[in-house]
Amino acid sequence: MTTGAADARERGDLTARWSGGRSPWDLSWGKLMMWLFLISDAMTFAALLVGLWVARLGSPAWPNRLEIMNLQFVAAMTVILICSSTTMALAVYAARQGARRQAVWFLTATIAAGCLFAGMQATEWSHFIREGARLTGNPWGVPAFSFTFFVITGLHGAHVLGGIVYLWIMADRIARGLSSAEGLEIAGLYWGFVDLVWVFIWSSIYLL
Amino acid sequence: MDTPAAAAHEAHAAHPRESFIRHYIFSLDHKTIGKQYYFVTLFMAIVGGSLAMLMRAHLASPERGILDPGTYLQAATMHGTVMIFFFLTTILTGAFGNVLIPLMIGAGDMAFPFLNMLSFWTFFPSVLILLASFFVPGGPAGNGWTSYAPLSAVPQASPGSGLGQTLWAVAILILMISSLFGSLNFLTTIINMRARGLSMGRLPLTIWGIFITAILALLSFPVLMAALTMLLFDRTAGTSFFIPSGLLVGGQIVPHNGGEALLWQHLFWFFGHPEVYILILGPMGIVSDVISTFSRKPIFGYTAMVLSLAAIGFLSFLVWGHHMFVSGMNPVLGATFTISTMIIAIPSAIKTFNWLTTLWQARIQFTTALLFAVGFVSLFVTGGLSGIFLAASPVDLYFHDTYFVVAHFHFVMAAAALFAIFAGTYYWFPKMFGRMMNEPLGKIHFVLTFLGIYGTFYPMHFLGTHGMSRRLYTPSTYPFLASVQPLDIFISGAAFVLGAAQLIFIFNFFSSMLRGPRAERNPWHANTLEWTADSPPPHGNWPEPPVVYRWPYDYSVPGAAEDYLPQTVPAAPAYASGHGGGEQ
Ligand code: HEM
Ligand SMILES: [Cu+2]
Repeated sequence: MTTGAADARERGDLTARWSGGRSPWDLSWGKLMMWLFLISDAMTFAALLVGLWVARLGSPAWPNRLEIMNLQFVAAMTVILICSSTTMALAVYAARQGARRQAVWFLTATIAAGCLFAGMQATEWSHFIREGARLTGNPWGVPAFSFTFFVITGLHGAHVLGGIVYLWIMADRIARGLSSAEGLEIAGLYWGFVDLVWVFIWSSIYLL
Repeated sequence: MDTPAAAAHEAHAAHPRESFIRHYIFSLDHKTIGKQYYFVTLFMAIVGGSLAMLMRAHLASPERGILDPGTYLQAATMHGTVMIFFFLTTILTGAFGNVLIPLMIGAGDMAFPFLNMLSFWTFFPSVLILLASFFVPGGPAGNGWTSYAPLSAVPQASPGSGLGQTLWAVAILILMISSLFGSLNFLTTIINMRARGLSMGRLPLTIWGIFITAILALLSFPVLMAALTMLLFDRTAGTSFFIPSGLLVGGQIVPHNGGEALLWQHLFWFFGHPEVYILILGPMGIVSDVISTFSRKPIFGYTAMVLSLAAIGFLSFLVWGHHMFVSGMNPVLGATFTISTMIIAIPSAIKTFNWLTTLWQARIQFTTALLFAVGFVSLFVTGGLSGIFLAASPVDLYFHDTYFVVAHFHFVMAAAALFAIFAGTYYWFPKMFGRMMNEPLGKIHFVLTFLGIYGTFYPMHFLGTHGMSRRLYTPSTYPFLASVQPLDIFISGAAFVLGAAQLIFIFNFFSSMLRGPRAERNPWHANTLEWTADSPPPHGNWPEPPVVYRWPYDYSVPGAAEDYLPQTVPAAPAYASGHGGGEQ
């Protein structure tokens, strides 16, 4: 077959996809809406991280995180969250295969990892607070160092907690056969996003 | 028939009679939600308009002191806030978007009607919070609709920086969430639920306008949400995102330090410039459709219209710095923003020429809707030209924060969007309420509004070039402004005419709603899908989902029996080749 014909077929396919009466990407509205929401939510985090970097580049000195925070501990948090994305993907895979019990187990593992992450985050916060960090200031340097930390990790933590509740509801619905694999996939998109955003937060706050 | 559109249709086909509350208050029907939005935003327009009248009364004779200085700033702030956020933004998306999207794309309802209802019921509390801020100690916010930090970040900074400013931020934060719900629904619905045969290349321009608006909202509103969150933390929790070190307020050093006041301006305008286009892309679409219908001609340059909408949408994210030329930015950066801003004039001009070409040599039907649509073009050109002056940073150093800017944005945004809203209201009223509006009253309303707008805002260019800064409480006490005080009196007079003319509209609107003559399905002989549904359409809109065979602009097709061919008319051999532009 000539490339011209292949091109024409592809174009025909594209026209058919966009010509109405169907979803052009064969996406359910729920999944499409979740994608759009995540794009939007990414802008919220982007704006907050811009806030962090503006404050940081505008201040004479930025404290050395190695001396203040336990970076191994935070690295462990990151690994746990990334692992939870894997179990989430496995849960979606199982649900697509129709293995409901298995899907629920993987979901439980994901929720457990999420709770562990949130717990470690809380430990990290209380440690930081005990050392004297506040929204108004901190012993190591400019106030921005501590308040950007609290606001940004706080918003992310709220996303994690919301995600735990979301996954909990989904686990229940899957167990009772009320939700489709598609519904779980949508939840998986959200969880993957929470994970992805953390990588950016982690590098901005702890690593760089 | 298992397409999403058809499935949604089936879901809506069978609906038992609903209780009053389900039907009128917590309705899931996009048309009812749209009307709820319309009524609330209309009320907010009256609030915002009354504040403007107060300001003009004061400026007609500043020495009488009708308002005291703090109250004047609060009136200005709340006027801008109400008009931009709670009237224009919300009526265009909440009211027109909700009513028109499903009807114009042949869907039974939105993708997720529950979220749509939630959107209205998040919007409503934000209105209440904003209105409540008028009654708190210290009064409402008074630092401008842009609420620049650190004035807005330090509660002691000014009379309008107290609790009212906090409520301002909370109200807008909630409004942004409500808009986000709306945008998610709009985009999903337009992408997934178009009727069979309605390709993107056959979408009416109104829907294209709302579609791109929703994308802009999706990307820019979260940035304002983040900025408002930071602002609220600064105000209530002691952070210093926007409060620099060593700030003196009332002779005392503020305990915050290390913040960056300019960060607020960057975040605000990164949202703010797309926001002003959020207020104009929908109107551009509405005006295109109204002009084409009443010119009985296809819109000229459909593809160029779509591409220029998209180009404006894209460029609007690259120009925010033109609001900050005087903030001490690097001149190279300033030049960059000058260039990117001037580039926006190109797609804007393309649109203008296309509207004029559509009107050119047409058998125009001078309905009220058409008059307002043509009025829109006039206002947009007037305001666009002053925009090009302002875009040149050396010029803007002089004009920034003067009445020249006030004139610019009232023409290009406020009045233009208002005219498109009127055009849309006179045009779609029969579909929304099943009755016709009174045309003679409409025309009187148009003439007075048109003259009122030009009379009010055109002289402001001269005040600006004279050096009168905006938000100035007592211009008459400055010797160099004494000579323009008569102009200020004239402006106030024109503004009162303008305000009074709106009473005609309100009377016409409500009396037509109750007693107007019944509307037929398609009173304007228009092509788009909403006119194939009943007036007003029932829940679910059509008994059967419509099927689309052509683009929406087949007016005066040679060989056709009538001068319009609705999108649902199959292509008959006689005039099948009448138009090719609708295909892609
Ligand atoms: C030809 C296109 C345009 C150009 C070149 C342009 C340029 C500018 C510039 C440079 C400013 C800043 C002036 C200053 O503060 O010193 C400005 C202000 C403004 N423009 Fe435009 N503009 C254009 C179109 C529009 C449109 C279409 C809208 C709205 C629909 C709009 C709304 C506004 C608003 C609201 C402000 C003032 C904001 C404030 O300070 O409160 N402009 N414009
Ligand atoms: Cu701008």
